[in-house]
Amino acid sequence: MHKPGSAPWNASDAQHIIDQHKSRPGALLPILHAIQDHFGWIPDQSVAMIATDLGVTRAEVHGVISFYHHFRTKEPGRHVVEVCRAEACQAQGSRALEAHARASLGVDYHQTTADQTITLEPVYCLGNCSCGPSVRIGDEIHARVDAKRFDALVEELRTEPLTLASLAAPNLAVSEQEVPS
Amino acid sequence: MSWTIHVPSDTTARALGSDRLVSGIQVLAREAGVELHVRRNGTRGLYWLEPLIEVDTPNGRYGFGPVNDSDLDSLFASEFWKGEVDHPLALGLVEELPYLKRQQRLTFARLGRIDPLSLDDYRAHAGFRGLEKALTLAPQAIVDAVKESGLRGRGGAAFPTGIKWQTVLGASADQKYIVCNADEGDSGTFADRLVMECDPYMLIEGMTIAGLAVGATQGYIYLRSEYPQAFRTLNSAIERACEAGLLGANILGSGSDFHLEVRLGAGAYICGEETALLESLEGKRGMVRAKPPLPALVGLFGRPTVVNNVLSLAAVPFILDQGAAAYAEYGMGRSRGTLPFQLAGNVKQGGLVELAFGPSLRELMFEFGGGTRNGRALRAVQVGGPLGAYLPESQWDTALDYEAFAKVGAVLGHGGVVMFDDTVDMGEQARFSMEFCVAESCGKCTPCRIGSTRGVEVIDRIRAGEQVEANLELLSDLCDTMLNGSLCAMGGMTPFPVQSAMKHFGEDFVKNASAAELEA
Repeated sequence: MHKPGSAPWNASDAQHIIDQHKSRPGALLPILHAIQDHFGWIPDQSVAMIATDLGVTRAEVHGVISFYHHFRTKEPGRHVVEVCRAEACQAQGSRALEAHARASLGVDYHQTTADQTITLEPVYCLGNCSCGPSVRIGDEIHARVDAKRFDALVEELRTEPLTLASLAAPNLAVSEQEVPS
Repeated sequence: MSWTIHVPSDTTARALGSDRLVSGIQVLAREAGVELHVRRNGTRGLYWLEPLIEVDTPNGRYGFGPVNDSDLDSLFASEFWKGEVDHPLALGLVEELPYLKRQQRLTFARLGRIDPLSLDDYRAHAGFRGLEKALTLAPQAIVDAVKESGLRGRGGAAFPTGIKWQTVLGASADQKYIVCNADEGDSGTFADRLVMECDPYMLIEGMTIAGLAVGATQGYIYLRSEYPQAFRTLNSAIERACEAGLLGANILGSGSDFHLEVRLGAGAYICGEETALLESLEGKRGMVRAKPPLPALVGLFGRPTVVNNVLSLAAVPFILDQGAAAYAEYGMGRSRGTLPFQLAGNVKQGGLVELAFGPSLRELMFEFGGGTRNGRALRAVQVGGPLGAYLPESQWDTALDYEAFAKVGAVLGHGGVVMFDDTVDMGEQARFSMEFCVAESCGKCTPCRIGSTRGVEVIDRIRAGEQVEANLELLSDLCDTMLNGSLCAMGGMTPFPVQSAMKHFGEDFVKNASAAELEA
């Protein structure tokens, strides 16, 4: 019932994912991707399981997770909104867009809005450099995003109809830790 | 009677609403009772005209663009599916557009003309001819063809591709690898993405030829996670190529094997550096390796490995099919063939411009790009990604050639051209270069890891007007240290944009400073 990327923690799901990938050469990144694609983040409980199955230490797994910007160890909001910070977007006004995004959402990068809707992340280039500023929401890229367009996109995310899946969204006890400091 | 129309499907076209257009067209076609067959092509790379809808006519494809949702009613009223009709968005025959016609599209000959995943389309446009040729040749003959073509690494370092292949061919090992560097992290570049989203079989064919040439049976495409559509397209293409016997075991009945897999990066710019990429593929932190040993001898999992950029591998099918001389005929000096340039940033006519080496940067930016998008004066241009120099107007007449750019202290890199108007604050841009290095340094060597942090601090002090002269000298020293003391291009080239900004746009560093000093 959960859309991909929002499944609540479940050790048997995690084990199934690890088993699917662990015999591939250089398996750690594919496993971490699959875990995050399923749960939306990399829960701490999965780290020990991965370490055991790959025969490495938990510290080594942590080391890899913390190296890459893409992997997150905190549960995100329902949507991850990435704003491009790179030069081609800067030349088209992304600095103003970044400021607007942070101010209008009331969060800084890597933080989640109080209503748990949106996690704001920076990204360095989405390859949409002729038509910036660029924003990625989930797997969708949006071109020529100014403040007005950004607000409209956010409004769409906030007003999306309630579905059974969203009703069964991750419990609040976990999400409370996400309130921006 | 039915008509065929083509609606682009690459990331940028979709980011501009091309999927919504397809739905709109289907609804209106039903209402109008016309049978419109909608095909999804990739994109022509003429981004200033996207979404660019094309209609098949007996004379070729007729274009309309840029099309918004609100244009559909009037397009239907003018019966646009018939092609040559009167409409404000009518562009004429797409292939006659000067922007396209004046390019030399060798690698991107198929771009936007085919359905990216159709094997029939690919074959109908010279696809797999290079592979078929390669299957008749001895490995050394394939390597020789690539050497003779003069092809140099298109990722930025411009190392001769054929020589790299020769080293791997000459190495003996139980397993060799072909690794495609598809970690296109440079801002202002999207040519790799266009290959993967719009003509994926070309990359598969190029990698397979590389495998035949050096005796590698396994390939990996290391793709950045910021390209979700390319990931889906490549995986579908690999699956279809395997089913058709073009990939996997016993390719086209030749007895040769080549297996291919796409692996996702995870948002680390440094993994575009070839040794960091190999570490990442092995499932580790993307830490740069010291060279030697060269990856060609001790590469992925310690085995001899060809690591080539997408564009280098994508150039190979043409070279095998048309011959090395046909490729080498284009270009100037030691820069043979074509480079797909990418016009980005504040540009009126942004997009992909594949040209033989040789024309000036100014021609590219004005005759193709048409100047800035907002009409303001163009002031600075960053060529070659975040580690590339900023060029002032006095350098815009430099020829687009590896050596000519090196002479003025700049790089062509992966061909990204990012244009900035006269509102740009070059002190802020220089600061960003250092800040980016802080965020993306792998941390292995000190000049890069610590130098970039100190760089941000010292630029902040300069911009705040603190001991400007002394701090400018310090920044200059720091740049020298990073340039000469770093392990790889990350720390070694981060000074390029900073030094060029200081040299050519020095006034931007001291403008706040002089105000502060005046007060003092």
